[in-house]
Parts: sequence; C-alpha cells; structure tokens
Amino acid sequence: MHIMAQAGTVSAMPDAKSHLWRDAAGIALISACGAAGYWLFPDNLALLTRIVAVALLVLSIDLVVGYCGVATLGQAALFGAGAYAAGIACVNGVTEPMTLIAIGAIAGAAAGLLMGGVMLRAHGLAQLVLSIAIVQLFHEAANKASAYTGGSDGLAGLMVSPLFGLFEFDLWGRTAYLMGLVLLLLVFIALKFVVASPFGMLCRGIKQDPVRIRAMGAFVFPVLLKMFVISGAVAGTGGALAAVSTQVVGLDSVSFELSANALVMLVLGGLGTLYGALIGTVIFMGFEHVVSAFNPFHWMTMVGALLIAVVLAAPGGLTSLVGKVAASRQGKP
Amino acid sequence: MSDLFRVENLSKSFGGLAVSRNISLSMPEGERLALIGPNGAGKTTFVNLVTGQLRPSAGRVLLNGGDVTQLGAVRRVRKGLVRTFQVTRLFSDLTPEEHVTLTVLQREGKATRILSRFRGNTHVADEVHGILGTLGLHEVARRKVGQIAYGQQRLLEIAIALALKPKVLLLDEPAAGVPSADTPRIEQALERLPPSLAVLMIEHDMDLVFRFARRVVVLAAGEVIFEGGPSEVAADPKVREAYLGNYAHARSVA
Repeated sequence: MHIMAQAGTVSAMPDAKSHLWRDAAGIALISACGAAGYWLFPDNLALLTRIVAVALLVLSIDLVVGYCGVATLGQAALFGAGAYAAGIACVNGVTEPMTLIAIGAIAGAAAGLLMGGVMLRAHGLAQLVLSIAIVQLFHEAANKASAYTGGSDGLAGLMVSPLFGLFEFDLWGRTAYLMGLVLLLLVFIALKFVVASPFGMLCRGIKQDPVRIRAMGAFVFPVLLKMFVISGAVAGTGGALAAVSTQVVGLDSVSFELSANALVMLVLGGLGTLYGALIGTVIFMGFEHVVSAFNPFHWMTMVGALLIAVVLAAPGGLTSLVGKVAASRQGKP
Repeated sequence: MSDLFRVENLSKSFGGLAVSRNISLSMPEGERLALIGPNGAGKTTFVNLVTGQLRPSAGRVLLNGGDVTQLGAVRRVRKGLVRTFQVTRLFSDLTPEEHVTLTVLQREGKATRILSRFRGNTHVADEVHGILGTLGLHEVARRKVGQIAYGQQRLLEIAIALALKPKVLLLDEPAAGVPSADTPRIEQALERLPPSLAVLMIEHDMDLVFRFARRVVVLAAGEVIFEGGPSEVAADPKVREAYLGNYAHARSVA
C-alpha cells in the first residue's frame, strides 16, 4: 500500500498543468478540424453548419446527462425554443445576426428554466417520460400557434442582415459556417470553465450521489436547475444558429426525433467530457450523410449497425477509447 | 447549562412497525457517546431521524436549544449537525482532496460559483491539506477514491464531516469493514477529534467502544434499554438479555 501511495503523489504533481495543456491542445484541434472542413468541403458548408448547430445541442445534453446524471429525451424543446425565438424576432424586424443568436440563447435559457423546474420534480424513468412529454408539448405549441410560428409550414425566408454589417450571408454558406464555428469554440471554452468551477464539481458529485451532497450541506435542486438554464442557453444558441444559417425554422427543430438522435450522438461520443459531444455529432452526422448518399434505402440500417458496434466495443463512447489507449501506453504501475 | 444536543421522545413507525420508540437522549459539548445494540435495533434509523433523512412520527430534535425537527437534512448540516455513513458514500472518480475542497467551499457558500476556479483559493487549499494531514490522508490526497484502501475511505468520511466544522457529529460505524490492521488509524482519528465536539458513535467493535466512549446508550427493538458508563454496561441484565435473546433467535432461524 505504501508503494502505491507514493506512486500516487508522484503522478499527481503534473495533474493540473497537464489538464490545461490538454484543453488548449483540444481547442486548437477543434479549430484545426473546423478550418479543414472549410477548405476540404467548400460545397458542403450547409451540412457542416448544421453539424455545428447540432453539436451545440449535443453539448447542452452533455451538461445535464453527462455532468448531472439527469436523463433527457426532450432537449430539442430548448433547441427549438431558440430557433423559433430567433425566427420570430427576425420576421418582426430584428435582423442583426448576433442579436438573433442572443435572443435564441435567452429563449433557450428560459425554456431550460421551465423544463428543469418540471423535470427535476421527478426522478429516474418518470423524469425521462416527463422530458418526452415536454418536447411533445413544445412541438404541439409550435404547430398550433401558426400565427407566430407558421405551423406545419414553419417560418421561411428569414432575411438576416450582414454579420457586423460587413459579411453577407452568402449562397455558399461561408459566413454562416465561420460564424457558427467561432460560436461553437466560444461556447466550448466557456463550458470548459463552467465544468471546472466549484459549481461543475458540485454537479459531478450530484450525479454520483445526491444523498452525499446533501450530507455535505449543499442543496441539489437549485444546482441542477442552474445547469438546466445554462444547458438551455447553449441549446438555444444552436437553434438560433440553425435558424440564421438556413433562414428557415421548421417543426423538426422541436421534435422528439431530434432529441433522441442528439442523445444517441452523445452516447456515441462519450458522456461527461464535452469532447465526446463534438466527436459523436461529427461521426454520426458525417456517417449519416455519406451512407445515405451511398445507399439511400438501407442507410438507417447501417447507422444502427455502427451504433451497436460502438456501444459494444466501447461502452464509454469513442472518447473512452482515447483514454484506454493512453492508459495502456503509460502502463499500469 | 442547557445541552448542546437533545432528542425528546423520538418515534418512527413504518405502517404498523415501530422502529424507534420514545428515544430520548442528550449530549453536552465535548460528549463522547456510544450507541450500541443488536442488529436491527434501529441505530441507523435513529441517525437518519436525527439528521433529517427520515421524518419522525413523533418527538423533537433540538440543537443549541432550537427545534430543528422541521428542518430538512441540508439545513441541519448547515446548523452543525453532521453525520458519516455506515457504508461509505464517496465519489469514486474524485480524489480525497477534491472531496474535502468541495466540502470546505460549500461551508463557505462558494460551492455554487461558476465564475471561479475549483482550486483557485489558497486559504481553502491550506485548510484542506490541514484536514487531510490530521487524518493521515495527505499521501493519497490526489488519488481517485476508487483506488484507495477502504480504511482510508472511512477516514475520508470523517475528513468530510470535519470540514463542515460540526457541533455535533454522528459516526455510523466508523470502523465497519476496515481490516483489523487499519483499525488503530481510525481509532487515532477518533482520539484527535476536536475536544469541544459532541460525538455520538454507533459501533459494533466493543473494544473500540470501551476505549472511546464516556457514556453508552443501548438500543434494542427501537427502545433505549440502558444508559450509563462503559463499565456498567456489560453487567446489566437487560443488555445481556437483549444480546443473548437476539443470538438465540438467530440460531433458531438458522
């Protein structure tokens, strides 16, 4: 035991610094991948922008599922709230893109407050069912309030002003993609700070054992509600980005299907790292795009097969493989 | 002088089953009390009632003369009524340092902050290392709890409790499951508890009870059947009957 304890103190020293380096390298890598996408796939920037918007949604799910242990199949309610808020604002004459993104974030946060306030009253399976009920209610509300939302036709032809008055939203989607990429990076960095804060640590504790957290004298509900609001702001940002970049808001942005797909992407990439959310989104949507072009009839089967393969081979998601490789290279003491 | 901590006629029943009946006890500052009794006597239920994990059917819990019976578990902790758990409840992928840091930040009202770094505060870090040092946990301070010895996990339970600066500490079998070679470290930690702290300890290890406690309360079938000094407890006929009766019953079932 004594030897093990010593090994612990030795390996512990570079811990905090190596974390900082790892995050800096990670963010550099995300920027590089984003830039590579811009140069390599100039004809697919609309798809890439869609991936960025959905990545924000998946990140927002990671906050509540991966860091707080609250399972949800209704996160698109928050994404849709952001999309519709930005869309409706745009129709009513607010056309500055960053303002629209901010409106989306605020609407998402408000929807997160509402959703958390309802969902956190229940636990386990009941909580999951509530999340589905909430996204269906949002969907129905968007469908029925057609005077504002366009109902099943959606809001189309949103006219967005040039970004900062300089960059037009061009036909190829360059401006939209670059704006989305920068937005994603900023959100990612902000979230890295959030999960590294005392609040983030408290959430990780709640995920593992809320009884222990209460015995430490900390309330659980307000902490989780706060995370729902942050999560809502992130999802709403994604929704607003989708609205601004496609100039369309449809009922699919507030659907159960999108919620479920986004959760699958998170599981694919791995929970509780933020990186997993990005990797899962890119792999899932990229694979879907390639396979559906390759075989339009059986592509869903192949997506299903990919999921089964990943879940069986790497139950912790794709990011867990990176950890395993690193651990096997270091060798166990 | 009024007692620091007092329980009056505390009762709890689940349906028709009474698990705690009219339990009363009080502890002054600096008390070292052992709560013993056969399995199923309601010792952990008592701790759960006192700390607010369970609502009593009747009775009162008083801390510093104030009634805390209606308060939830979190508010009782904040008033200084702190417990440890019989089976350790720790976060397996966090380190002892992170556990105690989180606890100290919580006590200072800083645990819900988003715009600060978890390790950003040097006076918190000093306090954390002080606590971990007293309990002999500095060597494993930065190892994940899932990878440290069970005896060290039990010490960490005590470290977390101390980080809350309690007035009353309820230790639920602090040496349970610890290999006998590591028991002296637990005992040492108990000896070093702040002198003014009122401590109630549930424990099965009678050697530990006799060395630690100045007063012993025996619980059987949810009732207090004995209260007195450690030297008197073994001689008490009611206590002997409770333990022997329990064993006789266990044998007849087997």
